[in-house]
Amino acid sequence: MTAAATRSTAHSIVEASPRTKAFAGGLVILYAVITILPLLWIVATAFKSQSDAIAYPPKVIFEPTLEGYVNLFTVRTRQTPDFIAKLPPPETWYDKLVRKRDMVIAGPSKVVPRFVNSLIIGFGSTFLAVFLGTLAAYAFSRFRIPLADDLLFFILSTRMMPPVAVAIPIYLMYRQLNLTDTRLGMILLYTAVNVSLAVWLLKGFIDEIPREYEEAALVDGYTRLQALRKVVLPQAVTGIAATAIFCLIFSWNEYAFAVLLTSGEAQTMPPFIPFIIGEGGQDWPAVAAATTLFVVPIVMFTVLLRKHLLRGITFGAVRK
Amino acid sequence: MTTILQPDHATIPGVSEPVKSRAARRVHGLSDRAIAWLFVAPTIALLLAINIFPLIWMIRLSFTNLNLSMSYLPLRFVGLDNFRDILTDEDVWFRLQTTAQFVISSVALQVVVGFGLALLINRQFRGHSFWTTIILLPMMLSPAVVGNFWTLLLQPQIGPFNYLISLFTGVPPSSFSMTGQVSLAPWTIVLVDTWMWAPYVMLICLAGLRSIPDYIYEAAEVDRASAWRQFWSITLPMTVPFLMLAVLFRAIENFKMFDMVNLLTSGGPGSTTELVSISLKRAAFEKWRTGYSSALAIILFVTVFGAANIYVKTLNKVKQR
Repeated sequence: MTAAATRSTAHSIVEASPRTKAFAGGLVILYAVITILPLLWIVATAFKSQSDAIAYPPKVIFEPTLEGYVNLFTVRTRQTPDFIAKLPPPETWYDKLVRKRDMVIAGPSKVVPRFVNSLIIGFGSTFLAVFLGTLAAYAFSRFRIPLADDLLFFILSTRMMPPVAVAIPIYLMYRQLNLTDTRLGMILLYTAVNVSLAVWLLKGFIDEIPREYEEAALVDGYTRLQALRKVVLPQAVTGIAATAIFCLIFSWNEYAFAVLLTSGEAQTMPPFIPFIIGEGGQDWPAVAAATTLFVVPIVMFTVLLRKHLLRGITFGAVRK
Repeated sequence: MTTILQPDHATIPGVSEPVKSRAARRVHGLSDRAIAWLFVAPTIALLLAINIFPLIWMIRLSFTNLNLSMSYLPLRFVGLDNFRDILTDEDVWFRLQTTAQFVISSVALQVVVGFGLALLINRQFRGHSFWTTIILLPMMLSPAVVGNFWTLLLQPQIGPFNYLISLFTGVPPSSFSMTGQVSLAPWTIVLVDTWMWAPYVMLICLAGLRSIPDYIYEAAEVDRASAWRQFWSITLPMTVPFLMLAVLFRAIENFKMFDMVNLLTSGGPGSTTELVSISLKRAAFEKWRTGYSSALAIILFVTVFGAANIYVKTLNKVKQR
């Protein structure tokens, strides 16, 4: 017993001493705080007024306002004070906010359609990629496919290609097919990029499901497809969900294809956000507001995915 | 009656087989081999349509003089002229050099920071899981959005970054511009890239560290190996395959870097941060020199393809662990 007691208090590598732990913890927390500061600054900027956002020295304490969010969602025109005085009293709080700056709301901005595009393209491509990926991953996991390794490498290598280089022929092809600046075009393109990740990740997840379950089902008279649907898929649900989130994050964040192949109709958020312009350049509170709204789902997904993150970023190779 | 109560049972042959649609019967008759092809084919077909067909088309274009802004010109096959132009163009070599510098310095910095963080987190202090999640956030964000908001943070005068630097060093915050100065801009893209991707290296290294069984350290303790010696003889060599994985992937990703840098400096000032992808984008989508840029794209493809090959070999090696 004494031996065990000395071991736990003395230096064992397996369990670091409290002093080392506190030191390590302190450094990591310091790094984490430095990491998160830029993000907090953006969240705060979204609640600043235009002049507070570009004040010197940078303002840490300021009077919060929703102007940034209002500016994000509206298009405004500047009017003379006389004109505004003659208008009927403002109906809503945001009308009031805008009029304080001698402006009148002229209509909604394009942010909602862009957000909707991001959602449709994101979910559409995710659904397709996960559907195709599940089928292919199951086949790669369970059947002997000639040249399986080469096919898998081919599938992965398509994801590694530089997007700008891929965009050149896609641009020409989409022009011929009338797919430029369409949601369908973007969905197909993102599906192609995501399917490689989906196949690799899902193959890893399906490999982990013991074959015996299916074999028992096959003996019971299930067909392959029934066994897949009723035995394998329920077991793979977590893996499929994690894969779907990874695909969704990719489509949500993607910029290069979006900026080169869309200009209006099908434009998603990433190429849109930097071009939220106010009077005299970027409207920083509005940009920050858009960034905040855009990033919040990602933060939530990151927390949800925490356990599978490692798998996702290594195409399923590292599993712990 | 049993069939009504337990419809699932109906699928078992012999137990009152219900009438099946023709489609279902056909599927039933499929051999495993047919299913395998049926399942793999759509994915391969999609990749052929979206990746391979355009790629082949691009190879053809790379031998032409196609310029989309002057499409009235007759399409002419120019043989290997585009490739010759690229490989003898000093500007292209300069871009490749810029890219190589960016890749090497950013990946090196990420390895140092990421591996260091992994060693610290591996001490399993209280709350390490929460803080790890916080550290991981940047790498999940959209690189374009990151590049965009860092331009605000890095603005001279109004940006908090310069202000913080001036608080610590006394250098006036408006006297330097992280994105606008030739001497600083190449380091700025390295800095922001590291902010974003050091966590990636950290996460993979952490997996490497955790894959080392405790008994090896216990044996080293018995042999009275110093902590330093343990690090060099156990920790480092056993984490190297994981580190390789991270390094290769980051190197490939940064070699084709476009989004973050395009928004942060858009290649400037001048062309100090004009990475190969940005230069390619200019040639293809601003100057519309499609033939020329196709040739450049193919050179990039070949490079990445080679690197990807090594990467997958490393992946498989790590997988066996």
